Amino acid sequence: MKDQRWISYGLAAAGICMLLAGLARGEAADVMQKAVMICLECIGIR
Amino acid sequence: MQFAAALAANAHLTGFAEGRIYQGPVKQVCVPFLNCYSCPGALGACPVGSYQVMLAMSGHSVSLYVAGVVTTAGALGGRLVCGWLCPFGLLQEVLARPRVCRLPVPRPLLWIKYLMLAAVLFLPVLLINSSTGLGAPYFCTYVCPAGTLEAGLLVGLRDPALRALMGPLFIWKVAVLAAFLVAMRFVYRPFCRTACPLGAFYGLFNPVSLWRIRHDAGRCRQCHTCREACPLQLAVDRSPNHPECVRCLECVRACPTAALAFTARPAPQDQPVDTERSKPRAAVKCRLNN
Repeated sequence: MKDQRWISYGLAAAGICMLLAGLARGEAADVMQKAVMICLECIGIR
Repeated sequence: MQFAAALAANAHLTGFAEGRIYQGPVKQVCVPFLNCYSCPGALGACPVGSYQVMLAMSGHSVSLYVAGVVTTAGALGGRLVCGWLCPFGLLQEVLARPRVCRLPVPRPLLWIKYLMLAAVLFLPVLLINSSTGLGAPYFCTYVCPAGTLEAGLLVGLRDPALRALMGPLFIWKVAVLAAFLVAMRFVYRPFCRTACPLGAFYGLFNPVSLWRIRHDAGRCRQCHTCREACPLQLAVDRSPNHPECVRCLECVRACPTAALAFTARPAPQDQPVDTERSKPRAAVKCRLNN
């Protein structure tokens, strides 16, 4: 049971590493590029 | 708390009046909950939409940024995001009051959300248009009722150009939204439980998240008050971190002996034996048994 805390820490650390790697790859700008446009798929238009 | 989170995530209030979406720099921030980025009030980007679009684009790359945001949120609190931050979860809570009745969800329907999660994770790269070489955000296109409500009804219907493009797909999406809205009156959080891919993802983290519900068997009187308080009718005392639990924490509030706690600290049975502390607990247990 005690090991589960290390799983939590490991997953959180993995998440933060992925987040930082994504930011370093410039993915925030890619996300923004799509997010500032009206999402036709979300509306139900293809 | 949920109202505050929904308001903070959709704080571009002029967008609601004008029917236009926010296009400022904050839009590059991926929020950890379902909130369509085409909602006129949305300040951030929806992780489900962003992940699928990145995967569907020409590079077909997995977004480490989005995956990192949701993995970190899941590792810290599991489905706490569903219970306390998600605006669509809030809508389901609001529409469920006053409660008409609380119908159970058949078990097979609970598995649909895992299919949705698989569809979000893989379909944009598996189903590719052969002429363009691009995939599509299929969950957003065919299912997401949050997108229909926030983007379709609040933006799409107000724009004459978009309204002219609406066809059978829009009607299908409105039907899906209507079905969930009706279900919200009779079933607690029907979308979260049956179709939300983000809920399915966070649910996998519930048993291993840093903050989770700890059950102190020494204090528990087996009165089952927690089960009665749980809107999902879960056996909280037996499985306090069930993947279906949205961490509303009603059970923690209702427990008369404080046997349940939402904390990052290990449960008493996980801690090293402390003889001074264990004596009174043993005495309490004996008294209750007698």
